[in-house]
Amino acid sequence: MRSDIVFGQYCEGSSFLHKLDPRWKIIFVFSYIVGLFLAKNIFAFALMTLSIILLWVLSGIRAKILIKGLRPLLFIIAFTAIINIFWFKGETPLLPDSWFFQIYLEGIINALLIVLRVAVLVTGTSILLTYTTTPIALTDGIEQLLAPLAKIKVPVHEFSMMMTIALRFIPTLIEETDKIMSAQKARGSDFSQGSLARRAKALVPVLVPLFISAFRRAEDLATAMECRCYTGGAGRTRMNVLHSTWRDAVMLVAIAAFIAGIVLLNIFAPGYVFAM
Amino acid sequence: MGKIELHNITYVYGKGAPYEIKALDDVTLSFEEGKIIGLIGHTGSGKSTLVQMLNGLLKPDSGKVLLDGKDIWEEPKKIRDVRFKVGLVMQYPEYQLFDETVESDIAFGPKNMGMNEEDIVKAVREAAQFAGLKEKHLKKSPFDLSGGQKRRAALAGVIAMGPSVLVLDEPAAGLDPGARRRILTRIKDYQRQSGTTVIIVSHSMEDMAMYCDTVVVMNHGRVTMTGTPAEVFSRADELLSQGLDVPAITKVARALREKGVDIGLDIYTVNFAAHRLLGEEV
Ligand SMILES: Nc1ncnc2c1ncn2[C@@H]1O[C@H](COP(=O)(O)OP(=O)(O)O)[C@@H](O)[C@H]1O
Ligand SMILES: [Mg+2]
Repeated sequence: MRSDIVFGQYCEGSSFLHKLDPRWKIIFVFSYIVGLFLAKNIFAFALMTLSIILLWVLSGIRAKILIKGLRPLLFIIAFTAIINIFWFKGETPLLPDSWFFQIYLEGIINALLIVLRVAVLVTGTSILLTYTTTPIALTDGIEQLLAPLAKIKVPVHEFSMMMTIALRFIPTLIEETDKIMSAQKARGSDFSQGSLARRAKALVPVLVPLFISAFRRAEDLATAMECRCYTGGAGRTRMNVLHSTWRDAVMLVAIAAFIAGIVLLNIFAPGYVFAM
Repeated sequence: MGKIELHNITYVYGKGAPYEIKALDDVTLSFEEGKIIGLIGHTGSGKSTLVQMLNGLLKPDSGKVLLDGKDIWEEPKKIRDVRFKVGLVMQYPEYQLFDETVESDIAFGPKNMGMNEEDIVKAVREAAQFAGLKEKHLKKSPFDLSGGQKRRAALAGVIAMGPSVLVLDEPAAGLDPGARRRILTRIKDYQRQSGTTVIIVSHSMEDMAMYCDTVVVMNHGRVTMTGTPAEVFSRADELLSQGLDVPAITKVARALREKGVDIGLDIYTVNFAAHRLLGEEV
């Protein structure tokens, strides 16, 4: 069934990372990102590389998928790298003085490290969150982490409910868009040819029915929720209660060790110091 | 004009993904010209996938679709012309209506074809008439019509293109019996007057028996039976084993035979059964 196709990048699985509590995962990701930005010398970067390999092994996700995930960032990565190579003023020039521009060894190392950091950042957060956590579990986790804010009248539950519903309906709307586009193509719509203005105009016959059906669905859902006496978050219990397990404890220790390792290497390890 | 043939069509959804589904499996089929052909099969048997092959909405993974002897994918750039010749009314077509008035919505197809203003007006009028829409409906917003009227407006939107093959995916699904009969009767009348080849997808055996000249049965992406309604419905056991039903009257004939009154198993309409019972020639 089409509706079974999980939207986004979640990869079905039952690895160590899949089984972590989403609440902890969110905390882990933030800590991990902090760790990545603390890294200052080559040894810290080596630890960073080691950490990403460990995460990859723990997730059981195929490397192909991870590499594919980086592809959209290729341009930004290349751009940053080039800027760094040409603008960085280091101490070891690589080109003869007569040239009108200069490249330094430090600039190249710097660029490589930036590329590494961006790649690890993106891959690490995707492994921890998007690839191994379902969107629903994620919103659940966010809701519970933010629950204290409800005390100061932030509608945490309502926001999370909206998120959940939006996520639930993304595949439905994609399917619907598909169908409507097919129907209009059957009547001669052409979405792939002509000027930009023409193509934009060709979308009107798709967008109008799509919005109408989205509103209809929203109304139906609201009615259905009211029929089941939904009144918001107060007093509502959960069907799937989140539990922390030994896995979360292990991961907590690992992340703490990672950050500590980075800090220690920054202080005590000799070597090239990263400039950015 | 209006002959479609399928040669060894195979189609897989989500190729390479873990949820890969083979929706069509080596389907070879030819649709007779100028007839009403019924396509039946239980939900998920690949009917909708098959009809989307006919006008090039989906491209077969392997195999050929021939329209009047010509491979429709020979020139992929010209696939739009195929869509004008093979008019497809998708399932629940009322959700495709978008324009301010019914009239301009019906005119959408003809406009895309590049017809001139005069011809468009004429085509819209004729199509609306075939679909059973009155003049006063044409000026309304399509969203103010009833369910059955919306469905017929969408039908008119395809008929207006003057296709030589008209394909309808479950045209009567979800309509009340009155609206059901009206839309099917309209389609049949249209077929008689225009001589168009009509292909109807349905899983209502009664409708198929009433309106079709030929019936094609599908199961798990394959064609399992082809023949006249009498031929197909006389093989009730096979149909039942494929998760399909047979017309109620066919069941009566079978029950009668078990009780010792044999009026034949090729019964599929009440009239026909009555004639047989009375021993009249039909
Ligand atoms: N867009 C799609 N993506 C993935 N699978 C699909 C898609 N459309 C149909 N299918 C699958 O292909 C099979 C045939 O579907 P379909 O042609 O719609 O059957 P029918 O119209 O006879 O009910 C089903 O198993 C269905 O789940
Ligand atoms: Mg279908």
